[in-house]
Amino acid sequence: MKAKFLRRYSGIRNRGANPKGFHTSQIKFYIVLLPLIFIMLLPIVFIFSNAFKPPDELFAYPPRFFVVHPTLKNFFDLFSKMSTSGIPVSRYLFNSIIVALITICASIVVSSTAAYSLSKKKFKLKKTLFAINTVALMFVPIAVTIPRYLIIEKVGLLDTFLAHILPGLAMPVGMFLIKQFIDGIPDEVIEAAQIDGASDLLIYWRIILPMIVPAIATIGILTFQATWGNTEVSSLYLTDESLKTFAFYLSTLTTAVAGANTVAGQGMAAAASLIMFLPNLIIFIIFQSKVMSTMSHSGLKG
Amino acid sequence: MQNSIAIQQESGIRRWLAKEGTAYGFLAMYALLFIVFIIVPVMLAIFLSFTFFDTIQFPKFFGLKNYIALLTQDDVFMKYVLPNTIKFAVLVGPGGYALSFLLAWVLAQLPRIPRTILALILYSPSMTSGVAMAVVWQALFSGDQTGYLNSFLLGQKIIQEPIQWLQSPHYLMTIMLIVTLWSSMGVGFLAMLAGILEVNPELYEAGALDGINNRFQEIIHITIPSMKPQMLFGAVMAIVSTFQAGAIGVQLSGSNPTPQYAGQLIVNHIEDYGFFRYEMGYAAAISVALLLMVLVFTRLANRLFASED
Repeated sequence: MKAKFLRRYSGIRNRGANPKGFHTSQIKFYIVLLPLIFIMLLPIVFIFSNAFKPPDELFAYPPRFFVVHPTLKNFFDLFSKMSTSGIPVSRYLFNSIIVALITICASIVVSSTAAYSLSKKKFKLKKTLFAINTVALMFVPIAVTIPRYLIIEKVGLLDTFLAHILPGLAMPVGMFLIKQFIDGIPDEVIEAAQIDGASDLLIYWRIILPMIVPAIATIGILTFQATWGNTEVSSLYLTDESLKTFAFYLSTLTTAVAGANTVAGQGMAAAASLIMFLPNLIIFIIFQSKVMSTMSHSGLKG
Repeated sequence: MQNSIAIQQESGIRRWLAKEGTAYGFLAMYALLFIVFIIVPVMLAIFLSFTFFDTIQFPKFFGLKNYIALLTQDDVFMKYVLPNTIKFAVLVGPGGYALSFLLAWVLAQLPRIPRTILALILYSPSMTSGVAMAVVWQALFSGDQTGYLNSFLLGQKIIQEPIQWLQSPHYLMTIMLIVTLWSSMGVGFLAMLAGILEVNPELYEAGALDGINNRFQEIIHITIPSMKPQMLFGAVMAIVSTFQAGAIGVQLSGSNPTPQYAGQLIVNHIEDYGFFRYEMGYAAAISVALLLMVLVFTRLANRLFASED
């Protein structure tokens, strides 16, 4: 108690890692960081600024970085327009939202049940299976696009909504992070529940899930990022235009823009890219402390 | 006699079910999806890489011909794709990783509130998806004088006429590297930041007594050794996202193959052969080569950061 008090008010703890307050020794770090932060931030600011530019500012010469007369015109254009195949843009956005919501929920259930089993249950293959998952951390999905296509075709998922959802559900990183997090829950908690006669399902539902909320939030965010920005599923596995997602629609806008350079197209693409980015940012800001506490369990033993 | 064996077997299965059944029950969904969408595709890629397969006829056994062709006859692969991939991987992989660690370390020296805000800003590029950013990069690096970079450089009289940044074989690779490094502070970065913050402060005090007298020594002798698991996790994430980032050249230039193959990476080469030329067997061989490259790099990271226990 006394040591803590001393540490907090003597100023010693304001030097070195994880300080409690400001100290002059930190100035040099700000000097290093701030210019870099400024550069990193530019493209992000540009997304915001560009989305609200009226057409004459989008094509102004010399080009101006910041918007002068912000307008919502680009957004109205975007949502009043049909794609070339007659699907309203709102339909793509709706698809994206539904796909993201279902995938997040399914991914949380799938990863957390498996993680509970690998962390707290005792069975022979436990170590082997976890080792396989650890190897799969380095799995690069993009490398097996073709065999995946063949499988999705064989399983009959081609041109179905499930093609968006199923392939991404087994996410080795997500399962790994939840498992590491559950490892931090003492076995005694579970043993006590078992003595009281709780079934495994009840233990998972009433004890494990409430204790791993940070890890679940993290997996939710990772899943959201992966599905929200995904264009491959729409372009490779689906031909039915009404099943495709907003990210895919945006990708058709940018390639069309590069060729035709239509005035309305540029503005719509700018508005659409803000819509792509904003949910990621908001969700991350809400859950950032949970993500950080999950990450402190992320260690990987070689 | 037989009957009793059958009963014994049955009770054996039952005992096993009672003991381990629920464990496998909880695993089932994940395991099924893992097998169908990760293990089987990898197996299939390996299998197809030994065949000739044009998606219409049944795969014909082709032996090692695909691999031999890849190593001896594919000029584009040897002249552009492989050197590009190695250059990209070495600069973005270890480069992005070192940058992530250094930034995480610097952030860890700041109090909680500024640290959180700055970490959010550094992390936010990795939240942007390729499609959304294509709009931004195409505007910033646009080839005519209305492009932001061109306009700025023309205004400063650094260049005389606009440069076709994204269509030029000279600049495309550099822009790809900058863009990828810009977005490389991802999950691995957050993990390392958390790791640095978790290092027991008493270790630093003990280190000071043992004669460590500057921050650099502190990083080498205390910080990194006590967060090896996070370092390894960060390294694996860096390797995976490096190879996964392969689509960037095509997104920036808007074409596959990229102008004069300047930004052609192994991932684009797979797509080129698989989806444009329908030489699935050959594309699978390239996929296997890619997976092997990831494996080698991860082994290397493992050597560096494996924990002793």
